Amino acid sequence: MGVAVLLKQVPDTTAKISISGGKVDESSIAKWAISPYDEYALESAIQLKESGFGDVVAITCGPSRAAKCLTEAAAVGADRLIHILTESTLDSIQVQSLLSASVKETGCDLVMCGKQAADTNSGSTGPGLASTLGFSFVGGVTRVSVNGGLASATRLGPSGLEEVEVGGPCVFTFDKGESELRRPNVRGIMMAKKKPIDSLSPEDLGVNGTNSLVIIKDHSSPPEKQPGQKFIGSESIPEVVEKLREEANVI
Amino acid sequence: MSTTVISESNNGILHPVTAQLVGAASSLGGPITVICPGGVGSSDAAKISGVTKVISVEGECFETYDCSAWSKSLSPLIEGDLILSSSSAIGRELISSISATKGIPVVQDVTSLKDGFSATRTIYSGKAIEEVSISSPCAISLRPNSFESAEGGGSAEISTVNVSQEVAVAVKRALAKASERLDVSEAEIIISGGRGMGEPANFSHLNEIADVLGAAVGASRAAVDTWEEIPHSMQVGQTGKTVTPNLYIAVGISGAIQHLAGMRSSKFILAINKDPEAPIFGVADYGIVSTWEDALPALKDQLAELLSN
Ligand SMILES: Cc1cc2nc3c(=O)[nH]c(=O)nc-3n(C[C@H](O)[C@H](O)[C@H](O)COP(=O)(O)OP(=O)(O)OC[C@H]3O[C@@H](n4cnc5c(N)ncnc54)[C@H](O)[C@@H]3O)c2cc1C
Ligand SMILES: Nc1ncnc2c1ncn2[C@@H]1O[C@H](COP(=O)(O)O)[C@@H](O)[C@H]1O
Repeated sequence: MGVAVLLKQVPDTTAKISISGGKVDESSIAKWAISPYDEYALESAIQLKESGFGDVVAITCGPSRAAKCLTEAAAVGADRLIHILTESTLDSIQVQSLLSASVKETGCDLVMCGKQAADTNSGSTGPGLASTLGFSFVGGVTRVSVNGGLASATRLGPSGLEEVEVGGPCVFTFDKGESELRRPNVRGIMMAKKKPIDSLSPEDLGVNGTNSLVIIKDHSSPPEKQPGQKFIGSESIPEVVEKLREEANVI
Repeated sequence: MSTTVISESNNGILHPVTAQLVGAASSLGGPITVICPGGVGSSDAAKISGVTKVISVEGECFETYDCSAWSKSLSPLIEGDLILSSSSAIGRELISSISATKGIPVVQDVTSLKDGFSATRTIYSGKAIEEVSISSPCAISLRPNSFESAEGGGSAEISTVNVSQEVAVAVKRALAKASERLDVSEAEIIISGGRGMGEPANFSHLNEIADVLGAAVGASRAAVDTWEEIPHSMQVGQTGKTVTPNLYIAVGISGAIQHLAGMRSSKFILAINKDPEAPIFGVADYGIVSTWEDALPALKDQLAELLSN
């Protein structure tokens, strides 16, 4: 028993992304943070632990800087920290193989992660991991509670917001959750600094961490906007509407 | 080269994005199979031109949504070099699950696709554009409204497959019905409101204009966080949805970097804000310095008049 939480380190949402030589320049990113939806997954896992469910294991896969998000997780209550250390860019299959191998190693039967990482914006990992592990899957949840062997969750399904129930091992991906995120206190921060991190290589997990099937050819900045036209006051509306049709061709 | 398209449906009918998926597949060549989960829209899918065959997959497990059960039902029927789905929430989940089952890579929310496969997508919620090459076989979800729809007039053969797959996720009760409104991630025109709207009831002014334009209504995070009535599903931005409509209208939105991240690639941006210095004017093609109280009634009347003739 226990909950594995998958945390990805991404540039802080205020970070400017600059490109140099056809690649995102990571060295220019001043601040890195836990991907926003993952924070809700972490909060929910800690609440489950407080309600008597097992330990929280925080797992990240990434370069050495990513260890920081594990320490941040420990500061708010994660019990065990696993860092899958890799500098390479991985495709979806590699990420899922690495994460699934480490989840298996922990013996956790609940996995919580973000609906979408703030860097890739993909949303592939949760559902893919569930298939790889042979776990059930519930996506886009805002709340999870466990009663006996049954987990109950609120999700945004195809017909609206609904409550679902699932038994047995399961992967949940989080949307923005219902709970406020907790902030670490000083004691938590001090304790977290001393918490050991289990560092594993792809080889340790028996996964090929090179030879990605998806190769990044180029990064570029979105086209710069030309300075627009400004109109003052609502008197300008008839002119603007006419231009929307005649000049911009959008209505 | 052969493609399987996972059809998209909405409220029991085929969603128009399905024809866009077929359009994208046609430009690559080779036979195209459309697979319809739950059999929804299979006869309409057969009429999309360019479709070679339609597989209507029926069974009790399609009565509610359980991604794993759907994926297990569909995966054995899917073959080919390329699997395509929409990058809607369900489209992404299904294609991730199916690709993992098959051990092939998946790339999401692609906005342009060339043979081979070379694909373009946005990363960091629109702050950068990424071009990747993907080895075949692979799975790709496409962003709605980024590809030309295939025409109608086809008459593909439909085969029906019955499956019985156990469902693990039980739906206990509905908490709130899905909005009848168009979702921001698939709209061609979006009108969004921010904290400057003052109170949630004032979003009715945005709804009225949306009705005139056939647009979706979006919101800034400040609006979503401040007012319970404005759901997170409407949020545009770094922690909401990334959108690329033809026209994005921002009303009472300051234009914080996290909001811009989600909408700056819109083809055309109109901003209405009372503060002439608001950063949103930095990305707007047209900026109107005005309160919404003054601007929106006039905007609605002008649009209604223009679009009625
Ligand atoms: C981790 C993180 C993630 C975030 N993700 C997102 C995200 O996904 N999406 C997002 O939008 N934000 C996001 N934000 C929040 C973002 O930083 C801003 O706080 C938010 O976008 C501000 O929303 P707003 O423009 O509606 O409100 P404000 O900044 O309060 O702006 C209100 C605007 O309305 C104008 N105004 C006021 N009254 C009127 C009137 N009567 N008529 C016309 N104009 C008027 C004002 O001049 C002002 O420009 C995120 C922040 C963080 C830290
Ligand atoms: N390298 C990683 N390390 C830890 N968790 C990850 C990693 N990649 C993805 N995840 C988890 O999977 C979620 C979805 O990621 P993605 O599929 O890239 O959008 C993230 O929000 C994380 O919770």
